[in-house]
Amino acid sequence: MRRRSWEHFEHDADIGLRATAPSREGLFEAMAEALTALVADPEDVRPVESVSIRCEAPDDALLLTDWLNALIYEMATRRMLFGDWRVSIDGHILDAVARGEAVDRARHRPVVEVKGATYTALSVDRDSAGTWHGQCIVDV
Amino acid sequence: MDLNRLRQDSEFAWRIPVQAPMTVPGVLYGDREQVLQMDDKVYEQLRNVTMLPGLVGPVYAMPDAHWGYGFPIGGVAAFDADAGGVVSAGGVGFDISCGVRLLHTGLQAADIKEAKSALADSLYANIPVGVGSEGSISLDPATMRDMLEGGARWAVDQGYGSADDLERTEERGCISGANPGAVSERARKRQRREMGTLGSGNHYLEVQRVAEIFDGPIASDYGLETDSLVISIHCGSRGLGHQIGTDYLREMLLAAGDFGLTLPDRELACAPIRSDLGQRYLGAMRAGMNCALANRQIITHLTRAVFREYFPQAELTLLYDVSHNICKVETHVVDGVARELYVHRKGATRAFGPGNPDLDESLRDAGQPVLIGGSMGTGSYVLAGTTESEDRALSSACHGAGRAMSRRKARREYGGRQVVDELAQRGIVIRSPSLRGVAEEAPLAYKDVNRVVDNADRAGLARKVARLEPVVCIKG
Repeated sequence: MRRRSWEHFEHDADIGLRATAPSREGLFEAMAEALTALVADPEDVRPVESVSIRCEAPDDALLLTDWLNALIYEMATRRMLFGDWRVSIDGHILDAVARGEAVDRARHRPVVEVKGATYTALSVDRDSAGTWHGQCIVDV
Repeated sequence: MDLNRLRQDSEFAWRIPVQAPMTVPGVLYGDREQVLQMDDKVYEQLRNVTMLPGLVGPVYAMPDAHWGYGFPIGGVAAFDADAGGVVSAGGVGFDISCGVRLLHTGLQAADIKEAKSALADSLYANIPVGVGSEGSISLDPATMRDMLEGGARWAVDQGYGSADDLERTEERGCISGANPGAVSERARKRQRREMGTLGSGNHYLEVQRVAEIFDGPIASDYGLETDSLVISIHCGSRGLGHQIGTDYLREMLLAAGDFGLTLPDRELACAPIRSDLGQRYLGAMRAGMNCALANRQIITHLTRAVFREYFPQAELTLLYDVSHNICKVETHVVDGVARELYVHRKGATRAFGPGNPDLDESLRDAGQPVLIGGSMGTGSYVLAGTTESEDRALSSACHGAGRAMSRRKARREYGGRQVVDELAQRGIVIRSPSLRGVAEEAPLAYKDVNRVVDNADRAGLARKVARLEPVVCIKG
């Protein structure tokens, strides 16, 4: 089965995150990596501190925005970047541990802060081959 | 955009005729070429807004309109609470009350030639900017409440500026009806270390030279002269506003069914104005506006301190401070009847014309200054509200150049160092924590602000007064 992947896609004012993964959990982890990549290179983030995150939503798409918004909130209030994620999902309840470190402006060279994940062009789907696809536009 | 779907009302106005389930028309402002170049998504998003309940008059797109989320950026829509109208968290966006403040310096361009680089360094060192930056002001719960209720008035009371500043700030620095109790603990926590910070993305502080005057009498009223220096501050309500947007978008989306609302786009999440949720959002959003006004007031104070070191004689007085992401209650005459409307402007600037009673007396002859931010290389504009803008777009005008290129494409096309060096050759000093961020904000990633402003002027939305060129740019 294909490994997970992500990309940023074009949006006039802001930026889109898109990912593919063999599992829903993998998709949510890939989208988290795409989110960090807006700010800095995820490879440069050391997993020295863990943050637990729990979200519950009525459907997969809203669960994705809740997940991204929870990460945006933790990044903003803790002044952190995340580079490693372990997501488990039961129904529409997500439990995750995100690992990362405090922003180091000299080393991470952070580009932009993310304001929030939007509902525009939002989707989470599973294709006939069982691969999960998701996308979301975030406001920067 | 496919012009065949539009009806041309005039050289600068294009109409999306009403077709069910639209309830009002859409009107786009701009010349043929500009509207042609707009993304089809602008058409789609503007059309979506026309389907919301309780709208009064057309939904408008300003000449800088581009694809946003929910509303197009550059969108204006007014709702009547008595007609079942809604307030939309998506129609305001995450950056509540993002806006521009313009300060006079009393200096001439030649005065800072020697000190330009050192001044840029000092501004960059003293005004928190970019990801991970923190303000020096920490707010305890009681002070946070006072700030959310008091806005720039609170900031002035704390010693950040003078009462004169408030006379030239929209709402005189404090919008009434703020409800700190409707602001979540998460939003407050997100703001705790962000007072007096610029943020990142397209936010900036610039020292600018008045490069050109188009309307001498109004420029004189505004105190603008060729070659004089001004300071432009572009930022908003920081983490507090972002979290209010996040919280209420979700709540409104989930409650839409309960209100019988069918949303053409989930990002248009909204609630009836006359509902508990609608009222709570309005109270929180107004607290967000006060946060933005306080934030720009504190940055003004920090800027004054830096300028005092280099130019003790300089007096940094306000020309004006106006927001461009907001929903406000305003009285507009529609079909000869004065009505109280909830006007959403998302990436659009209020542009009250001469005589408007909400303006400070000193501005009633000339009309409200309309502050248009450009890109780092292309400059900014001061316009003046016009009387005819009331009929054309509920006294609204554009807010900036609007992006012509996505951030990703800009990053591929330009190097941050290249942008900094090219601007340095033109005498523009850039200070930023991120070269990649500079690349994403490259001048050519934006539409031609000159054309946007020309079309706003020719469409009668606002009158061109002066063009400003950057000299120093502190970029997030």
